[in-house]
Amino acid sequence: MTSLIASDHKYDDGDKIDLAWVPSIDDLPRDGLVTAYKIYRITNDGAPVEIAELTPGANSFRDEDRELDSTYSYYVATMSDGPTVESNRTAPMQTEREWLNLDRKFMFLVALILGGAIIYFIETARRGKKLFVRRIAGLEAVDEAIGRATEMGRPILFIPGIHDMDDVQTLAAITILGRVAGQVAEYETKIRMPVARSLVMTAARETIKAAYQTAGHPDAYSDEMVNYVTDEQFGYVAAVDGIMVREKPATVFLLGAFFAESLILAETGNSIGAIQIAGTARPAQLPFFIAACDFTLIGEELFAASAYLSGEPKQLGSLKGQDVGKMIAMIVILIGVLAVTLGDGWGIQVMADLANTLKMIFSGS
Amino acid sequence: MKKASWVIMALVTVVFVVSWIAKSSSYNGETDNYIAQGFLVTFAAFLTLSIMSFLYKDNPFYKFAEHLFVGISAAFWMCMGFWSTIVGNLIPRLSSSLSEWFKVPYIESDYNIAFYVPVVLGILLLMRLSSKRGWLSRWPLAFIVGTTAGLNFIRYLRSDFIKQISATLVPLVVDWQGVGHFFSTFSLSASGQFVAIVTNWVVFLGVFCGLIYFFFSKEHTGAFGRASRVGIWVLMITFGASFGYTVMGRISLLVGRITFLFKDWLEIIG
Repeated sequence: MTSLIASDHKYDDGDKIDLAWVPSIDDLPRDGLVTAYKIYRITNDGAPVEIAELTPGANSFRDEDRELDSTYSYYVATMSDGPTVESNRTAPMQTEREWLNLDRKFMFLVALILGGAIIYFIETARRGKKLFVRRIAGLEAVDEAIGRATEMGRPILFIPGIHDMDDVQTLAAITILGRVAGQVAEYETKIRMPVARSLVMTAARETIKAAYQTAGHPDAYSDEMVNYVTDEQFGYVAAVDGIMVREKPATVFLLGAFFAESLILAETGNSIGAIQIAGTARPAQLPFFIAACDFTLIGEELFAASAYLSGEPKQLGSLKGQDVGKMIAMIVILIGVLAVTLGDGWGIQVMADLANTLKMIFSGS
Repeated sequence: MKKASWVIMALVTVVFVVSWIAKSSSYNGETDNYIAQGFLVTFAAFLTLSIMSFLYKDNPFYKFAEHLFVGISAAFWMCMGFWSTIVGNLIPRLSSSLSEWFKVPYIESDYNIAFYVPVVLGILLLMRLSSKRGWLSRWPLAFIVGTTAGLNFIRYLRSDFIKQISATLVPLVVDWQGVGHFFSTFSLSASGQFVAIVTNWVVFLGVFCGLIYFFFSKEHTGAFGRASRVGIWVLMITFGASFGYTVMGRISLLVGRITFLFKDWLEIIG
């Protein structure tokens, strides 16, 4: 083989190198002498390392997952029953990162469509148009649960998960807290909120304070409603369990990001007879909430609940925009599954091509 | 405190002291600080049993373990935040004099003016403590939320949307060579044609109906509602499987604690 060329792959993250060569004259489709091409990489003038073995007829290769600050050199060994012939080594080269990564053009397109839909619906909501969001079962229980706590003269315990404010689940929980705190202020019920993150404490205090002010009871607000416990997962759980059994809240909200502590908290809440409304987007924890709580907001229902309760154009618009995404997904899945079935099962070429095109667009690159 | 409580407290104290002496004796000869080692194992067993006693009801031993855990962990994470993040990561990249003062090696090659951004944001965050300048703490909060949202958008768009769609594009009929061939080679084997077809149908219908369940712009009535109910059934079956799987994992954690009690503390099992 001759003319081995190594070149930086254009419009990428600076992690790919393209190799191309002219195959050996002995590499023939029938009765060829070449048995394989072995590709060797030399990193930073080190020892050559075999990175791939290609079948006869191959004339290109893409070396992926390279690093920006290393130098790379290559050579290709042509294998045959006779002696192995090595090509010249390419000059040491480095990869370059471009501003645009065209490998991700389809992802950009999908992001553009989804982002556009979200912005469109946010603007629509801002103009005052009422956006329909379907009824969510768990939400109707919120008023009932707060009323129960008021009647029983017992507090409401609000647990916003154990993640910080950079988790969208915590943000959704804080939004729902705003609504809950508003009603708590109106009914003059007590609310207790132990948290595992200092930033969540700050945000929660501001939210509850604003809710009390809106309800016309600013004097009833106290910073002690929200208290920081510890960042340690099971230390926090031990403290919350203690609060549950000692203060016996009538209603427990478990909304946000939960992990191994979900069942411990939900079971303790269940054992004291509290009405429990839970919600998380952590699939592994949902079974525990469903088993031990009265109402569970499953996955995206938590965010929908947040949007529904707040009525904020940004949240409602975002929810509607995501519905557009789901609609696109359903349409693509229907067409794609039909195309794959007819293309693979019955060999209809047009359908096979359509399926391949869809797979390429939704390949995640 | 009731008399019975005093008796229990005294009993636990006696058991603790006896255990400490016994454990210390068993470590004597193995290690120089055998008394401390005996205390640590006994104390760990005491805390384990104190936490487990919550299964009976709330009690002073649980309260002690709880408060100890909360206090130590809160202090630990604060120290970790300061010594690991600020002293361990930030100062060696910003200031040679501060590095010298904290006795950490200064990494001159890593110096970057951009590291002042988190310093400023961190100070702004502390403005929360000031009643007049408290509003400044919203800026770093907005930065954290905004940056995370932006970064996660791409990550989730790829893993939870695009890749999921691509993985659902499966043929509903696999390796079809006619009805005769299908029945003549019919098998319930996991690698057989029938199971492959059923699996693909489950994937397709499960994802499609699940998406319908999470569609909020339309009331779930009629055919749409029925599809949504199929979706929630699929979710519940998945949750059931996940429940069993996770409980098995938790049992292994319990086994770990039981092993500690019976092997390391009581030395009943080998």
